Amino acid sequence: MSELTKLTLKSALDGLKAKQFSSTEMTEAFIGAIEKANPALNAYVLTTFDKAREMAGESDRRLKAGEARALEGAPLGIKDLFCTKGVRTTACSGILDTFVPPYESTVTQNLWDDGAVMLGKLNMDEFAMGSSNETSHWGPVTNQWKSNASNAPLTPGGSSGGSASAVAADLCLAATASDTGGSIRQPAAFTGTVGIKPTYGRASRYGMVAFASSLDQAGPITKTVEDAAIMLQSMCSHDAKDSTSLPNALPDFSSFVGKSIKGLRVGIPDEYRLDGIPGEIDALWEQGIQWLKDAGAEIVRISLPNTKYALPCYYIVAPAEASSNLARYDGMRFGHRTEAASSLTDTYELSRSEGFGAEVKRRIMIGTYVLSAGFYDAYYVKALKVRRRIAEDFVNAWNSCDVILTPATPSAAFQLGDTEKAADPVQMYLNDVFTVTTNLAGLPGMAVPAGLDSKGLPLGLQVIGKALDEGTTLAVGAVLEKAAGFTHKPSQWW
Amino acid sequence: MAIDVATVRKVASLSRLRESDERLESLAGQLNGILGWIEQLNEVDVSDVQPMTSCVEMTQPLRDDVVTDGGKVADVVSNAPKSLDGFFIVPKVVE
Repeated sequence: MSELTKLTLKSALDGLKAKQFSSTEMTEAFIGAIEKANPALNAYVLTTFDKAREMAGESDRRLKAGEARALEGAPLGIKDLFCTKGVRTTACSGILDTFVPPYESTVTQNLWDDGAVMLGKLNMDEFAMGSSNETSHWGPVTNQWKSNASNAPLTPGGSSGGSASAVAADLCLAATASDTGGSIRQPAAFTGTVGIKPTYGRASRYGMVAFASSLDQAGPITKTVEDAAIMLQSMCSHDAKDSTSLPNALPDFSSFVGKSIKGLRVGIPDEYRLDGIPGEIDALWEQGIQWLKDAGAEIVRISLPNTKYALPCYYIVAPAEASSNLARYDGMRFGHRTEAASSLTDTYELSRSEGFGAEVKRRIMIGTYVLSAGFYDAYYVKALKVRRRIAEDFVNAWNSCDVILTPATPSAAFQLGDTEKAADPVQMYLNDVFTVTTNLAGLPGMAVPAGLDSKGLPLGLQVIGKALDEGTTLAVGAVLEKAAGFTHKPSQWW
Repeated sequence: MAIDVATVRKVASLSRLRESDERLESLAGQLNGILGWIEQLNEVDVSDVQPMTSCVEMTQPLRDDVVTDGGKVADVVSNAPKSLDGFFIVPKVVE
């Protein structure tokens, strides 16, 4: 039975349709795997096994009746950022620790409408603010990968650490995730999984707990590029409940997987060659370039001159939006309310200080500062102008290339409790150096596992596409995946 | 533009957050570190650039001004820390 959990989403869907096994059998296999692994990994913060069994039963009925939908019977994990009706949703924050949404997010509703089965809610950094899953109210996730030089527990990355860990450890067929600065792609790279953030506006933000609204975008973490295409097809939709949702029709994403990239122009940005980046990251990038050349792509040197300003720009824009979005947590209508206050102001201040964790408070305060009188123009408006420069860099680059290849992260997974990163927030923020530009510009970006470093840890490459061109992004990702032949799995210690 | 403890206290108050004096001091150090790093944005010439508030070029969609949802009092107060008969119970607002 445990073999069922090792299937890809595609092969599981095929097997279910061919009646080689039932959704109930598959769901039970996942339940067994989660019960065994979760105490060590902490990927799930809530399991919904009764609901999963019920949904699997309905899927089996439909499969038998020949009424199978696109994801019929496929057990999935859901990042705790997505509101699920009647199922606790906390965004892994203490301020929402008992919140039970009376409504469903559009992304998850799309999955259930396509017949998927919910196994539970996945761990993440609090309000998706973090790169190591250590800011979660429910404790960090442990990466199943370990360095061959040490037994120390490693981070699966963040903020979608639970999603990446659950997919990598075969605790679900695929998972939903979200990406504001790299929160899908960095954890995917750290765990040897595939993660794609589509074009801003492709997936509805309705019912997805807000961090930074102009940057937040949902996407899947999966075992393969083909699985990513399947998940994306279901998760994305035009939604009148999200005013930034795009009305453009979705292409058949799967049709791009396996498509030839002969003659495609692949841009290699000079500015992504950073000082102090391990040689192994550069070597992997060179290898990726060679793989695409071998597949018939034309390699073009490009310049994205404002790249180095992307992270500082992001750390104004994102906290500014976060400070505004998180103003709703006032202890009045929902969420934590302090027991210790008498006045209204006391209630606000103590409820928020008790409910939010340290990183969230830090970002709220940065956001408040850069939006405050006297600093608004110098910081916030300035950052919005730099953001346009960064977006224009890409527009100019598309004159000479069709897609861009970069490393996904500046390092492999690092240790949980890394004191250097804990002491200096900027060190932690640098994790997103290669991923954050696509959030600022609203472009699709995908991380694909491409190799192991000398310590035996996975490394990823990133493919960046034009707006609305997830198709070409997936096509290039599939070529990399095939060339890399990444089949490594961590040895099971949990 | 160094931030001192008094400024952090003011920002905390604007943010409706309460922090101990000890925390305020360490936050001042951290915020200075972050804002010092952000200062590099001053190197970018943005004299002729319009601020970018959205990465999607689209006109704001409008819908008919009609009621599409409502009548869900029980749902609305279902997560309230305190409620009674469909009302939120809040601390005294007016003395």
